[in-house]
Amino acid sequence: MCVVEVKGARKLMAACATPVSDGMEVLTESDRVINARREILRLLIANHDLRCLTCERNGDCRLQDYCYRYKVEDTPYKGEVIEYPIDTNNPFFIRDYSKCIRCGKCVTVCAEINGAYVYDFMHRGFETKVTSAYDDTLQETTCTFCGMCVNVCPVAALVEKSTLWAGRPWEIKKVTTTCPYCGVGCQLKLKVKDNRIIGVAADRSGPNLGDLCSKGQFGWDYVHSPDRLTDPLVKRNGKFIKVSWDEALNYVAARFKDILNEWGGRAFAGLSSAKCTNEENYLFQKFMRSILQTNNIDHCARL
Amino acid sequence: MRRKVLVCGGTGCVSSRSREVYDALESELAGRGLGEQFELKYTGCHGFCEQGPLVLVEPEGYFYCRVTKEHVAKLVDSLQEGSVYEDLLYKDPDTGNRVKTRNDVPFYQKQKRLVLKNCGLINPESIEDYLNAGGYRTLQKVFKMSPDAVIDEVKKAGLRGRGGGGFPTGLKWEYARKARGDKKYIICNADEGDPGAFMDRSILEGDPHRVLEGMLTAGYAIGAGEGFVYIRAEYPLAVRRLDIAIKEAREKGFLGENILGSGFNFDIHIKQGAGAFVCGEETALIESIQGNRGMPRPRPPFPAVKGLWDRPTVVNNVETLANLPIIFDMGAEAYAAIGTEQSKGTKIFALTGKIKNTGLVEVPMGITLREIIFDIGGGIPNGKKFKAVQIGGPSGGGLSAQHLDLPIDYDSLIDAGAMMGSGGLVVMDEDTCMVELARFFLSFTRMEACGKCTPCREGNTRLLEILERIVEGRGELQDLDLLESLGHTIIDTSLCGLGQSAPNPVLSALKYFRPEYEMHVKNKLCPAGVCKALLSYRIIEEKCKACGLCLKHCPVGAITGKKGEPHRIDPEMCKKCGECLKKCPFGAIVLAGGDGFGQGQSDHKRNHVSRTQALYNLKSGGRERH
Amino acid sequence: MHTGIDELLEKYWHIPGGLVPLLQEVQKVHGYLSREILEKIASGMGISLAKVAGVATFYHQFHLTPRGRYIIKVCMGTACHVRGAAEVLFAMEDELGIKVGHTTPDLTFTLDQVACLGACGLAPVITINDETYGKLTPGQVPKLIEKYREEAAVVH
Repeated sequence: MCVVEVKGARKLMAACATPVSDGMEVLTESDRVINARREILRLLIANHDLRCLTCERNGDCRLQDYCYRYKVEDTPYKGEVIEYPIDTNNPFFIRDYSKCIRCGKCVTVCAEINGAYVYDFMHRGFETKVTSAYDDTLQETTCTFCGMCVNVCPVAALVEKSTLWAGRPWEIKKVTTTCPYCGVGCQLKLKVKDNRIIGVAADRSGPNLGDLCSKGQFGWDYVHSPDRLTDPLVKRNGKFIKVSWDEALNYVAARFKDILNEWGGRAFAGLSSAKCTNEENYLFQKFMRSILQTNNIDHCARL
Repeated sequence: MRRKVLVCGGTGCVSSRSREVYDALESELAGRGLGEQFELKYTGCHGFCEQGPLVLVEPEGYFYCRVTKEHVAKLVDSLQEGSVYEDLLYKDPDTGNRVKTRNDVPFYQKQKRLVLKNCGLINPESIEDYLNAGGYRTLQKVFKMSPDAVIDEVKKAGLRGRGGGGFPTGLKWEYARKARGDKKYIICNADEGDPGAFMDRSILEGDPHRVLEGMLTAGYAIGAGEGFVYIRAEYPLAVRRLDIAIKEAREKGFLGENILGSGFNFDIHIKQGAGAFVCGEETALIESIQGNRGMPRPRPPFPAVKGLWDRPTVVNNVETLANLPIIFDMGAEAYAAIGTEQSKGTKIFALTGKIKNTGLVEVPMGITLREIIFDIGGGIPNGKKFKAVQIGGPSGGGLSAQHLDLPIDYDSLIDAGAMMGSGGLVVMDEDTCMVELARFFLSFTRMEACGKCTPCREGNTRLLEILERIVEGRGELQDLDLLESLGHTIIDTSLCGLGQSAPNPVLSALKYFRPEYEMHVKNKLCPAGVCKALLSYRIIEEKCKACGLCLKHCPVGAITGKKGEPHRIDPEMCKKCGECLKKCPFGAIVLAGGDGFGQGQSDHKRNHVSRTQALYNLKSGGRERH
Repeated sequence: MHTGIDELLEKYWHIPGGLVPLLQEVQKVHGYLSREILEKIASGMGISLAKVAGVATFYHQFHLTPRGRYIIKVCMGTACHVRGAAEVLFAMEDELGIKVGHTTPDLTFTLDQVACLGACGLAPVITINDETYGKLTPGQVPKLIEKYREEAAVVH
């Protein structure tokens, strides 16, 4: 799709791989280029599961976008279509290779960003398949379930399970937020429908440039958990009672004072969380040392 | 002078058991105490594979064909007597006369054997033989010149790559010489994968040191310290002989440190391919040597700038490298006098197919197809008519009788829609169906595509499917347009040489044999009588003598008939094996183009496509995006 | 079990581009490349199984399933094609009861097609292990296979 016409060149050139040189005249949307792109699209959809009606990427699919842009409605190449069974074995996403266009983005992101080297091109020619060795389920591989392959997939070959039948792309609001899991501050986009999170998309504005790990990508289900604490609780007579923040904080402050007076700083130990930022961790140890007068400080990243 | 007995040890002759002949000769000569008098050699390919196993007696030049071990005793008799063994001499099929010496055999007369000079005359497993034939002599000359002067000499000679595209070799070297790199490499491309081409194999089997000498010259010119020969694992004999040659060259100081006191260091290693046609493409070849899937890289950067391990690398084909000792032996000017304006020197062709003299021929550039096919190749066997010739294997194109007098060089072939390729030359007679042949080539490229680019991976599959439809009688007229437009897109958008040339056989056939395609599509007929779905066997009633032979031999019982009345073939049951036609002593059975097998055109589908086109046109008017 | 692999790994693991020749040599010893072998090679070379499998499935030379005792290669080069190689191949498929690219269940025969054996003068040509048979007709196929069947029966 990235072919462009370079004046003087015998054939079309790949825009992504041809270095620019002095005086080069490049035509990006000439008739010749458009015809070639249309032909390539016709070839791609000739070997693609075209059940767009219920496809999760319907409306958010690069193949659809380009077909629309170049007015490719149908393909004259009615022939063999390779159908692969859908792999639903891992808990986070499905692999539907009948929709794969063999762009190899998942191979690159898995090898060069994550370093897990799960995917590669297998076989060759028309039978080329981008998959794990022996089509293993991802649990059997070195996969860390970072989900970046899902985020870079331009079509619906890799789709988060949580988004299946959960809403059409245009019904989903994308809310940019910071991942709460650690201090890196990765940016991500929550896919929200009817005020409920149904998935995560990449956001390229933050320090992570769109890359995520499995926690940020798939670890958001606690948000809607019924077990989640929503108010401060104080145990009275063996039972947790809901209280206000002021009441809870006053109670904790009072107890800190009592213990400090009675036993000294040695009675305290503080354990901080990787979910905090560096600044929060700094404040935490400062508070422990100067207010609670203890050096018993540790951090969950050391455990 | 000892007389020489040279037994061909090329793969063709080995397949027809020339080793047995050699062994029998050896023991027979030894048994009669003649071992000292005769120098018996197991040589590389003589080229005339059709007549193998071949035995040449020097200095007389007696040329014995189709020798078996049963002939050996009488052959040694003749050697002892100094006479000719008439029965084994080549028999001219036209005159019936026996031809005594090799040089008188028409197959050799119009050839100009420069690169193949030593093939068949020296023992490829002996560096002494090569040295006695003047081998490694040009290195002295080369090492006295500056690398730039060496490159200039190659440019002056006008040498172009023999592996396919015909890129000027000197220019390639110059890029690599100028490119910066702590190390540089020479790669000899011996991944000869074109079905029907075997010149590289024959050179490596018959004269391996010539290739090493060429690599040394190239290495010196660009400043490389290491070379690789990337060779097909399917060529075990060539691999073995090359291995021996490299070891011998090391022992004699032609490879290693400070070669011939020049201060130049160079060594060569063999890398065996693992069976992928696409690895003949230079960037895929480099990927393969690096231990990866042989998928081509985009160019630029060209390997001459950034190749093996990202260092400047020159990839030259076997035949190209084998030309270098000739250039530096005879001088660039003398070399440039051979050939045409833009294509210098000779070219080796593997002549196969429907031709009398199958074999390897070396001819000056600019020779006509007619001379190769009829004068050297002896024409078409069995009195059939010439129809087409496929040049350049699956990447090349089919040329028709109108091109017979075309002088062959790189540019004339490209203009005609074919390409030199590696030099496979497959001759077709009137019994070859051009649609079926294109289908065959496409099935090859489909299988060999690496799968990286969409147009090649998907497009060639679709071209093949359309051709399959046509040979099965389900083709539609619009399929021909589809073939053309898709073919041009694949050429225009594929990354590497394989994709860019894969549609050539179809496009050239459509250009020169369009009526044949139309017959398949419109009339559901295969004029060559090849496409089974379009044929039916019929018994001509008047000629049938009701002998029952056909009925007896039909494997599926499709023939019925009683004694005394003409027999019939049931077209529904007939499997079209052709046994009946072969068995009929009266010529009463004929093969005729059928009509009932194709499904005909589907109006519905045609309308649909035109509707799409109409919509597109409509939308183009109103909602143009670009 | 996998004799020799450690030695071969020792020889190749540090050589750039050593994967292809390593696979070639291991296959020469073991006849084919099983999953266990590829896993061993991947960990020995410090590369992913996906990369090893990607390379092994790319090249025709590598076999990931067991091979027959007799490897029949039918040349499908151009010269053989125009002289009727397809008919010979079909006859082989019929006689062996397997499709090209497959191995008989008793592991006696493997039927392969190859691009060009380079013996175009003998077209159509096949090889069975190291033996070459040229100018074949479909009619000669059953007898030829029978010969090897008998040979296999004697040895077993």
